[in-house]
Amino acid sequence: MLNALKVRMSQGKQYIRDVRAAVPKGFRGRPLISNAACQASCSACADVCPTAAISLEPVRLDLGRCIFCSECAAACPASKIAFTPEVRMAGAAPESLVVGAAQSVPSPVAVSAELKKLFGRSLKLRSVSTGGCNSCELECNAMANVNFDFGRYGIDWVASPRHADALVLSGPLTRNMSEALELAWVGLPDPKFVIAFGACAISGGPYAGSEALERGFSERFRPQLYLPGCPPHPLTFLHGLLDLLGLEVEAKPREPAPAPSPGQKPAGVEPWVAPKG
Amino acid sequence: MSATLKLETPKPSAPGEFFQALRTRLSDGARLVTFYGSPADDSAQVALTAILEEKRALQPLRTSVAKVPGFHSLSREHHTLHIFEREVAEQESVEVHGHPWLKPVRYPKSAPAPMRDYPFYELAGKEIHEVGVGPIHAGVIEPGHFRFMCLGEMVHHLEIQLGYQHRGAEKLLLKPNPRALAPLVETIAGDTSIAHAWAYCAAIEALAGAEISPAAQFSRGIALELERIAMHLAGLSGMATDIAFLPGGTTWGRLRTTAINTAMLLCGSRFGRGWLRPGGARVAFTAELKDAVRANMKLLERDLAPINKHFLEAHTVQHRLKGVSVLTSNQVKELGLVGMAARCAGVTLDARASLRSAPWDKLSIEPVIEPTGDCWARARVRIREIDASLKWLNAALDKIEPGPAPTSKVGALAPNSLAVGVCEGWRGEVVHVLETDGRGLLRHYRVQDPSLRNWFGLAQAMRENEISDFPITNKSFDLSYCGNDL
Repeated sequence: MLNALKVRMSQGKQYIRDVRAAVPKGFRGRPLISNAACQASCSACADVCPTAAISLEPVRLDLGRCIFCSECAAACPASKIAFTPEVRMAGAAPESLVVGAAQSVPSPVAVSAELKKLFGRSLKLRSVSTGGCNSCELECNAMANVNFDFGRYGIDWVASPRHADALVLSGPLTRNMSEALELAWVGLPDPKFVIAFGACAISGGPYAGSEALERGFSERFRPQLYLPGCPPHPLTFLHGLLDLLGLEVEAKPREPAPAPSPGQKPAGVEPWVAPKG
Repeated sequence: MSATLKLETPKPSAPGEFFQALRTRLSDGARLVTFYGSPADDSAQVALTAILEEKRALQPLRTSVAKVPGFHSLSREHHTLHIFEREVAEQESVEVHGHPWLKPVRYPKSAPAPMRDYPFYELAGKEIHEVGVGPIHAGVIEPGHFRFMCLGEMVHHLEIQLGYQHRGAEKLLLKPNPRALAPLVETIAGDTSIAHAWAYCAAIEALAGAEISPAAQFSRGIALELERIAMHLAGLSGMATDIAFLPGGTTWGRLRTTAINTAMLLCGSRFGRGWLRPGGARVAFTAELKDAVRANMKLLERDLAPINKHFLEAHTVQHRLKGVSVLTSNQVKELGLVGMAARCAGVTLDARASLRSAPWDKLSIEPVIEPTGDCWARARVRIREIDASLKWLNAALDKIEPGPAPTSKVGALAPNSLAVGVCEGWRGEVVHVLETDGRGLLRHYRVQDPSLRNWFGLAQAMRENEISDFPITNKSFDLSYCGNDL
């Protein structure tokens, strides 16, 4: 008992109270491409990019391919590319993930009225890793830990596709998983949608072009949410989900529930999340 | 760490000589580090390479055999070869005769994928039933298929079918610039990025004859131990959750956040991506950063003590872990298991201590050994290794003077050479073998995650245990699917 109390004391409160304001210190996140002029016929950034994420004239970077290794930033003689701690970079379409000096931020994910109505108060996710290296899977797991705690928004992982509203894809989609992936997707009841988590799921990432992949699934079932990163930061996922479902966090902490009077049923817990507006 | 061996590609000895030497030396106590096949100049042939650890050093053996008629398996005599011979038969299409069962390892070639055709071991009888689980599991984890042959609740035999995660990593590593592969290497098994990156860097540096500064070696050591701490915390949190010991699940879980956020603070990634590169390490330790790391390590030390005590003293925990899924030290040695799976069964096997390359030669670490080989031992090993790593990490911080990131340029790779990098990651030894051609480009890249060898240990440990103990046993081994499937 004493041990349990000591642990509880040390634990304190660990959740990130305001996920909208949280900035992960040191994180190598969304790149910023400046207006600095490129040196004549220089292609250093594109040459070192391991995932062919960079196109030239003008320099543009596809966050759906980027694995945030920052080799481009190190190679650029004009210091045109820098990585920032910014986690907000989810997109609703692969095209929206291409950033450059003119469009430095991916187009924000618009609230989907349909998804908000269906899943705004309860969204159950089924993860399918198809070649994921376990860093995406660990970050997905982190969504449910005491820090990121996405259960507060009514979002959770479920064990069966039958219980799920959305399928979260991680990994570059291997051929050897293609049948199992299709079966899992068929197992999800309608209405349902796909979320692509990480560079591998979005574009194949560093494995794009490997003959061991079978990426037909992501072409037939276009994801509604694309989460760049290698792996994406859990906050990137949270921002993306909150944006898509039109959820907002209450600014002030919850009041403690009043003690129930004898004979009275315990008061229900107030919803932590209120819909926008 | 990384122990390295670099030499001109050894002249192949005659196959008879090679197999005789391999047999004798394994019988005399040499330990097999790896055994693999690679394409020979003549496409009808395959080159076979064995790397042995003998007297604290790595030793190569090499031969070339015709794919047909191939060679006679040594697995019946030396079980440790069983998985390697399966692998070489599948990968290089060489005939291997007399192997107990040449099952697929990862299905690298066939399209469409024949995942349904796996040759499972079959048991027959009225009392026997089979339970198939996966490839997709209940949690957020990687895919693999488990098939249990049960007598009532008791598992008589477990078959593990992998290959679902095969991405063709080794092939992609044969890209034109072998010195720029780190970002890809870091995703081979993403929960042990540092260990793979270090094995890769060490092999490249050996091939290029590059000297690495002590500051870079200590920086890499800090990265590796931080990864070990983080993943041990993740594993312990998972084990606690699997036995419904919730304080362990939540507290170890959030302490892992502290560990990986420390990595992020230093290198920008919670998984240590970008920290190690051939030639050095990309983290500039300022005095301020060192203080921040120390503060986080202090927090870990302070908050780990009560949860560790709570877990280890709880009767419910002891009841669920003690005596469950036991592996004996003989089984470990026979099967060639590595890393913490070996150390928890009383086998002293830790490349940081046995090969003693930098930085472990300057600041040593004692292997943590547990004798009982059960789930309890596999939890205790992790708890104790976290403590040892924290201690080492704090001492290593003292060895690093604040300054710019210790990096250096790495020159061209020696032609017609072979280099081995071995790094004791949190699961066990990660082995990368790189072979260059006449122009100093890669002609072969061999990746070996400890999981390749240890999966069979999990299958053996499950025998005569209750099927309901599988989740906790699986978590206690904590093996990598993509590390196996590549």
